[in-house]
Amino acid sequence: MDNEYLSSLLADLSKAFIETFQMVGISLALSIVVGIPLGLVLFITDRGLFWENRLVHVLGGLLINVVRSTPYVILLVLLLPITQKLIGTTIGPLAAAVSLSVAAVAFYARLVQGSLCEVDPGVIEAATAFGASPLQIIREVLLIESLPGLLRGLTITAISLIGYSAMAGIVGGGGVGDLAIRFGYYRYQTDVMLITVAVLIVLVQLVQMGGDKIAKNADKK
Amino acid sequence: MSLETPYRPAIPGSRQTIPAESEFLKPSPQGNLHLSSPIAKLLKNNTISLQNISVNFPHQGKTLAAVKNVSLDIPKGEVYGIVGTSGAGKSTVLRTINLLQKPTAGRVLIEDTDITHLQGEDLRNIRLKIGMVFQHFNLIHNKTVADNVAFVMKIAGKPHQEIARRVPELLELVGLSDKETVYPSRLSGGQKQRVGIARAIANEPQILLCDEPTSALDLETTGAILDLLKTINRRLHITTVLISHEMAVIKKICDQVAVMNHGEVVETGDVYEIFAAPQHAVTAQLAAHTQDLELPERLLQNARGALIKVLYRGGKAEEPVLSDTIKRFDIDLNVLHGKIEYINERPLGVLILEAVGSETEIARALSYIRGRVAQAEIVHG
Repeated sequence: MDNEYLSSLLADLSKAFIETFQMVGISLALSIVVGIPLGLVLFITDRGLFWENRLVHVLGGLLINVVRSTPYVILLVLLLPITQKLIGTTIGPLAAAVSLSVAAVAFYARLVQGSLCEVDPGVIEAATAFGASPLQIIREVLLIESLPGLLRGLTITAISLIGYSAMAGIVGGGGVGDLAIRFGYYRYQTDVMLITVAVLIVLVQLVQMGGDKIAKNADKK
Repeated sequence: MSLETPYRPAIPGSRQTIPAESEFLKPSPQGNLHLSSPIAKLLKNNTISLQNISVNFPHQGKTLAAVKNVSLDIPKGEVYGIVGTSGAGKSTVLRTINLLQKPTAGRVLIEDTDITHLQGEDLRNIRLKIGMVFQHFNLIHNKTVADNVAFVMKIAGKPHQEIARRVPELLELVGLSDKETVYPSRLSGGQKQRVGIARAIANEPQILLCDEPTSALDLETTGAILDLLKTINRRLHITTVLISHEMAVIKKICDQVAVMNHGEVVETGDVYEIFAAPQHAVTAQLAAHTQDLELPERLLQNARGALIKVLYRGGKAEEPVLSDTIKRFDIDLNVLHGKIEYINERPLGVLILEAVGSETEIARALSYIRGRVAQAEIVHG
């Protein structure tokens, strides 16, 4: 390998990294902003809780299941018209982030719901007994008690997103996964494929380790 | 242990005891909010009145009547016990008082105000005045001891400075001054319940509901927690309703008690009377531990005379009935087994005596003893 080849690979790699971070970052941010409230709504509209509402609970669950049962590549294609309207293009990391976000929000909302189900019902009951309002219970009990679970779920979502973002590369989203497919697979440059896969493994490891550490610190149970 | 025993925390490391005159009871410099304020309303009679409460649960397609037509009047400032075996409905009754459980029928009155149908903001405001202590503590795991107590004051909208001032006072009262920044998982069961109690009284409630507060604790810790609850009741005049499946707990701290069985209240009354003269079979069974003394088989076989069980009540337990009997009649009395315990500072005793002598003398002695004490019967021979 000569120097020129190496430096061009490095340039491609760093560009791909930035694109991956953009896609994952945007989707992750939307997962927090939309996924947590959605998961909360699913949880507190369930039977026996303070905003019990069968209709909202079932409809919300159905919506999430529809998104989650659609294979991501299909979801991506289905969302192309919306992406075009929203971003003005279907090419690039920003466009890819639209379908990624939709998938991630649905995914994370279920994980949020699962974490909330783990909160000791006795603690919720105690807060109710002391006269806490629903908003106080959400803020001071549900979110605080489920925080370690929420962080673990976020780690899982981030890692899934890194994987999905490779598929988003198919419609020109870019990113590390896309680099591996284009060079490594289409151009038979096995060394490029191996390097990008190695980089992805390291990236996923770092995210997992970082996420575990933060979650562990938050967990006082 | 008599009730005069000074309060001592059973947990090593928590040296705090409750000082006779705590800072806590003095009016706060800020003026309006301090723990002595409920005392002003002490003169009303009943704090809580449950009227014909029924609670039904749907169960496997059928309706399960957990509580059937229960009426209770709980006097101000007392410790009121509800006792019964598990599944008797006592927890459900307790939870109707702060409407964690909505009654299917009946009314809940707090200080003559019908709260049964309150909702939203109004219900939350009532709940601010009703503290609750739980069997499994129900502390927020991811908040420190101090933040757990601060949380309920935040719910009540107390200003930040007041919370900062009062939380340490409350923790001192329950003997946990050195645990402010510790998370609940690092505490022992008894310490967790102390936090639960500090939290329950943080908003100066008029009523304190205790749902099996000691059932998850060992015997020694149970004693300390009950002492603390009694001290708080006496010191702060908080009407306390406590449920337990253990008569020993009721005996230790309650003034009055309601006995529940299969969703119904079968007997109510003064704790001493309930123990001394249980009327209902369930009560008798629950109180049996206090009154029945197991004699070894060998003693029954080798008994030379008649075995007499004597039940002492009230002041009579302090009179020398036995020595009078021996002096008056030509019999010998031998104490085989016995105990005297004090419930609400009144003695209640049971003795098993062996009486040796002629049948007629024993019969005369027995009727004499009956005349002096509450109950005496021949149990053997």
